[in-house]
Amino acid sequence: MSQMGPPRPGASMPAEKAKDFKGTFRRLVSYLKPRWKKLAAVFVVAILSTVFAILGPKIMGMAITELFEGAYGQLQGVPGGGVDFGVIGQILSLLAALYLFSSLFSYIQQYMMSTVAQDTVYDMRQDVNKKLEKLPLEYFDGRPNGETLSRMTNDIDTIGSTLQQSLTQFITSIVTLVGILVMMLTISPLLTLIAVVSLPLSLFVIGPILKRSQKYFSSQQKNLGRLNGHVEEMYTGHQVVKAFGHEAKSNEQFDAVNTELYDAGRKAQFISGIIMPMMSLIGNLSYVLISIVGGVLVIQRAISIGDIQAFITYSKQFTQPITQTANIANIIQSTVAAAERVFELLDEQEEVEAVTTSVLDRAKGAVAFEDVDFGYGENLLIEGMNIDVQPGQTVAIVGPTGAGKTTLINLLMRFYELRGGRITIDGLDSRKMSRHELRHNFGMVLQDTWLFNGTIRDNISYGKTGASKEEIVAAAQAAHADHFIRTLPDGYDTVLNQEVSNISQGQKQLVTIARAILADPPMMILDEATSSVDTRTEILIQQAMNRLMAGRTSFVIAHRLSTIKHADLILVMDQGKVIEQGTHQQLLDKDGFYADLYRSQFSAKVAI
Amino acid sequence: MIKILKNLSPYKWIVLGVIALVFAQSMAELFLPTLMADIIDNGVVQGNIPYIWRIGGWMLLVSALGAVAAIFASYYSAKAAMGLGRDLRQKVFKHVGQFSLQEFDEVGTASLITRTTNDITQVQQVVIMMLRMVISAPVMLVGGLILAISKDARLSLVIIGAMPVLAVSILLILKYGIPLFQQVQKQLDGLNLVVRENLTGIRVIRAFNRETEEKARLQKANRELADVSIKVNKIMAFLMPVMMLVMNMTVVAVIWFGGIRINNGAMQIGDLMAFIQYVMMIMFALVMASFMFVMIPRAAVSAKRINEVLEMQPAFKDDGTEKADRERGTLEFDHVTFYYPGASEPALSDISFTAKPGETTALIGGTGSGKSTLVNLVPRFYEVTSGTIRVNGVDIRKAPQQEIRSKIGFVPQKSILFTGTIADNIRFGKQDASQVELEQAASIAQAQEFINRMEGGYTAEIEQGGSNLSGGQKQRLSIARALIRKPDLYIFDDSFSALDFKTDAKLRKALKSETKSATVLLVAQRVSTVVDADRILVLEKGRVVGMGTHDELLESNEVYREIALSQLSEEEIA
Repeated sequence: MSQMGPPRPGASMPAEKAKDFKGTFRRLVSYLKPRWKKLAAVFVVAILSTVFAILGPKIMGMAITELFEGAYGQLQGVPGGGVDFGVIGQILSLLAALYLFSSLFSYIQQYMMSTVAQDTVYDMRQDVNKKLEKLPLEYFDGRPNGETLSRMTNDIDTIGSTLQQSLTQFITSIVTLVGILVMMLTISPLLTLIAVVSLPLSLFVIGPILKRSQKYFSSQQKNLGRLNGHVEEMYTGHQVVKAFGHEAKSNEQFDAVNTELYDAGRKAQFISGIIMPMMSLIGNLSYVLISIVGGVLVIQRAISIGDIQAFITYSKQFTQPITQTANIANIIQSTVAAAERVFELLDEQEEVEAVTTSVLDRAKGAVAFEDVDFGYGENLLIEGMNIDVQPGQTVAIVGPTGAGKTTLINLLMRFYELRGGRITIDGLDSRKMSRHELRHNFGMVLQDTWLFNGTIRDNISYGKTGASKEEIVAAAQAAHADHFIRTLPDGYDTVLNQEVSNISQGQKQLVTIARAILADPPMMILDEATSSVDTRTEILIQQAMNRLMAGRTSFVIAHRLSTIKHADLILVMDQGKVIEQGTHQQLLDKDGFYADLYRSQFSAKVAI
Repeated sequence: MIKILKNLSPYKWIVLGVIALVFAQSMAELFLPTLMADIIDNGVVQGNIPYIWRIGGWMLLVSALGAVAAIFASYYSAKAAMGLGRDLRQKVFKHVGQFSLQEFDEVGTASLITRTTNDITQVQQVVIMMLRMVISAPVMLVGGLILAISKDARLSLVIIGAMPVLAVSILLILKYGIPLFQQVQKQLDGLNLVVRENLTGIRVIRAFNRETEEKARLQKANRELADVSIKVNKIMAFLMPVMMLVMNMTVVAVIWFGGIRINNGAMQIGDLMAFIQYVMMIMFALVMASFMFVMIPRAAVSAKRINEVLEMQPAFKDDGTEKADRERGTLEFDHVTFYYPGASEPALSDISFTAKPGETTALIGGTGSGKSTLVNLVPRFYEVTSGTIRVNGVDIRKAPQQEIRSKIGFVPQKSILFTGTIADNIRFGKQDASQVELEQAASIAQAQEFINRMEGGYTAEIEQGGSNLSGGQKQRLSIARALIRKPDLYIFDDSFSALDFKTDAKLRKALKSETKSATVLLVAQRVSTVVDADRILVLEKGRVVGMGTHDELLESNEVYREIALSQLSEEEIA
C-alpha cells in the first residue's frame, strides 16, 4: 500500500547493469558512513512502523471475534450474552494506538531519510566538483560535455531518489514479508499453505509477461528516440527541407517511425496493463480459497472469525512486498550502474601536480620552445620544434581551418603536457612553475567567446577579482565595449542570459577583449577574425586587439594579411603540424606552402 | 485539454468500450466483499458448508470476469491512448510542415520540437492513466458508497465523515509540496547551468585561474538544490502516513460503531467485514482522485501548448499555379518592401534590382542590415509586404512554392546536414542523382578530397547535426547539395565563412564555370569575396545605400569604402 506517488521505472522497464556490482555497491555504502547513526535510527523506526502495521489486522481480528462471540451468544440466548464493549473498547484503543505510532514512525523515518539522502547527494556532487578542478584538459576534450554533465546531475539524482524512496522500502518490504508470514502461520498453517502456494503461481504467470513487457518498453523507448531525432532534425533544418522540397519525404519517414512507435507503445502499455489484473486475479483466487477453507475451519471451531478477517487482510498484503522487492531490486541495479559512472569519473587520472621550483611573478614575455615534442595519441604532431620569441614580439599562426592551432595554446598554457623538450618563459622551464603562475601571465581571447550567466561587470572583472568600477570601465573603453554596454538597458549591470544571446557575437568578443585588458597579462593568445561579426564591429574588434597586443608578447591565430605581414614570426600549420616558420619575406623566398597559400588568397582576386 | 481530447473521437467506441469494461471490472471488485459477507453470514455462522462452496464458486467466477474485463480494458485503452498520441503527432508534424519561417520564428524551433514530442507524450500518458484509473476511481467511490449505504446507512456516516478529512489533508500536502517540486526543478536547472558553463569554459576558467571561485559557485548551486530537496521530501513525508492513519482510524471507528449496531441486531458480522473492505476501497479511490488533481493540470499545460500550434495558421497560402520558366536564370526585385510581423519598421524597404544569367549579385552590410532577410524572401520563406519578386520572370506568388524552390540552389548560413550518409545528404538536392553527378558536385564544392579520406567515402555516415564533421566540411557538403540541382538561381548566404582562404579561393574558381548560365545571389562579410561581383548592393538598415561594382562603389560610396578599408590594406584596394 505504500506504493503511491509518481511512477518510477519499475520492474516493467529493463535495468542497466553495473560492471562491478559488488565493488561499486560497497563504495556507495561508504558514502553513507558519515551518517550511519541517523541511518540506523531510520532503519529502527522503519522496522517499528512496519511491525506495528503488521500487528494491526491481528488485533482488529480480536475485536471482531469478540464482537462475533458476543453477538452470537446473544443470538443463542446465552445468559449474560451481548457484546462486552469494555473489552472491545480496550482492544480498539490498543489498535488505534498501534496505527497512530505506525504512522508516526513512518513519518519520522521519511523525514530523517530526506536529510540522509540529500546530504549524501550533496557530498557526492561536491566530490565531483572538487574532481573537475583536478582533471586534465585531455579528459574534457576527449568526451562530449553532455556525458560529464549527465553524471553530475542525472546519475547522482538517481542515487538520491533511490536512497530517499527505495532503500527503506526495501527494508520495510522484507520486514513486511517476514512479519506477515509469521502472523499467518500463527493463525493457521493450513491457510498459510494456501496463500503461499499462490506465490509460485503468480511468479509463473507474471515472469513471462514481465519479460515481454521489458522488450516492448525498450522498443518503445528506441522508437521514441528515433521519432524525436527526426522531428528535431526536420524542425531545425526546416529551411533546407523546404528549399529542397523534401516535405513529402520527411512526412513519409515520420509516418513510418510514428507507426512503429504506436505499435510498440500499444503493446508495451497493454502488457504492462495486464500485470495488475493478473496479480489481482491470483490474489482473488487465494482470497476465495481462504474464504472457503476458513469458513469450514470456523464451523469446526478450529479458528475464530476474527482471525479469518485478519488472515484475509494479510493475504491481500502478501503479494505486494514481493512485487515491490522485485521492483526495488531492479531500481537498485540501475542505481549501482549510475553510481559506477559517477565513480568512474571520480577515478579518472588527475593532472600531475607541478614541482614548483621557479617563481615567476610577472614575466617579461620571452618565450622559447626547445626541442619540443608533442602529440595527442600515439603519433607525434610536433617534433623537435624550436622557436625563440623576444618580449613584445608578435607570432602569427597561419594555416587552413582544422590545422590544430589550438594545440599551441594547449602547450603554452600547459593544458597538455609535453612529450619531450621544454618551453621556457623568461628562460625558466614552464613545468617548474605552478600552473597558476604560468597562466596568470597569459591572456586569452578566443573565437568561441566564453561568458557566463552573470552581469557584464562580473564578466569583465573575471580576470581580476576585486577590480574597481573605474578599472572595469577603463578596460571596456579600451576594448571599445563601453559604448554598446551603455546602450544596454542596465548598462554594466545587464545580466547576460543563459545562452548569452542578448548581446551579439561581436559584442561578446569586445567583452572578452575587455576582460583580457583588465587582467593585463604580459603575454597574449588571440584568435583573430570572425565570420559572424558585422563589418563595422569587426573594425572595433581589430582596433581593440591591436591595442591589446601593443607591448605584449602575442600569439595570434591570424587571418588578416596586415597582421601576418607585420608579425615577427609566422608559424605555418597544416594538419596539426608546424610545417614552416619564418618571417613573411623568408617564407615567400622559400616558395613553399606559405607562399602558395599567400598567392591563392591575396593575389588572385576571384569572386564568382 | 478538452479540445485535445476531441481527437479521441475516432476512438469513441473504443473509449466507450473501455469505460464499460472498467465499470464492469470495478463492479466485480466491489461485488466480492458482498459475496464474502454472504459466506460468513449464511455459510459460516449457520455452518452450511455446501453454501460456502457455492458462493465461493460465484466469487471465483466474478473475479475471473473482473480480470477478463481488465485485460480487455488494458488492450483497448492502450489502443486508444497510443492512437491518440500517434494521430496528434502526425497532425502537429504535418501542420508545422506548412509553417513558413515566420511561424517558426514566432514559436521558436526548440519549443516546436518539445510540443511535437514531449508534450504529446505527456498527454498520451495522462489519457492512458485516465482511461484506466481515473474512470475506475469514481465508479469505486460511488459504487462503494452505495454498497456501504445499502449494507448500513447509518454506519456509512463514518465514511462520509472521514472522506473530506482524507481529501483535504492530501490536497493540503500537495498544495505545499507541488510548488516546491517546481522549485527543485528550477534549482536543478541552475546546477545544470553552472556545470555546463564550467565544462564549456574550462579553458577560460583555467587561463584566468578561477578554479576556486567556480568551485564555490558550483557548491552554492549544489547546496541550494540539496536544501530545497530536503524541504520538499520532508513535506511529502506526510503523505503516506497521513493517508494510512485516516484510513486505519476510519476502520477502527467502523468496528466500534458497527459493534454497537451488531449488538442491537441491526447488522450482521459478515456485513461489518464487508463494510471494512468498502472503507478501504473508497479511501483508495479518493487517493486516486486526488492524484488526478495533480496530473490533469500538468497535462492541461501540455495540451494548451499543442493547441496553440494547431491553431496557428500559416501567414500565407501556397496557391500559385504558373510555371516558373519564362526567362531562365533571372531574378528581379521590383520595389520590394518587407516588414516582420508586428514590426513597426520595415526590415527591407523599396529594394529593386535585376540580375541576368551569368551575373553575380553580392549583398554586403552590417549585422541587421537585412542581407539574410533579403535572400530568405526569394524561396518565399517569408511573404513580401509590397512589391514583387520574379524568379525566371515569374512572380513567386503566382507559382507553386515547390516550383519556385526547385529552381533555386540554396546554401544557408548555417550548414544543416541530416542523419544519413554523405551521398544521402548531397542527394538531398536531387533525389535521383547518379554517382557521377554526386562526384561532380562534390569536386566543385572542394569536398571530394575529404570525402575520399573518410572511412566509407560517400557511404560514410553523418551523425545528427553533422557533429562528426568540421564546420568547413559541413559547409562544402551543403554547397554540393545545392550544386547537384543545377539550378537557375544560386543563393549563398554567407556560405564560405568556415572555409580557409585556400579552399575558399579554389571553390570560387570552380564555381565560376558552373554558374555561367545561372544567376547568383551572394551574401558576404568580406570585401575580398565580392570584388568581382557584377553588382554589389550595400545594405544599411534595410535600405540599399549603394549599388555598383567594387571600383564604382569605392569611388562613390562612403559606407562601402569604410568597410573595404577595414579589411584590405591600401595596396590591395588599389
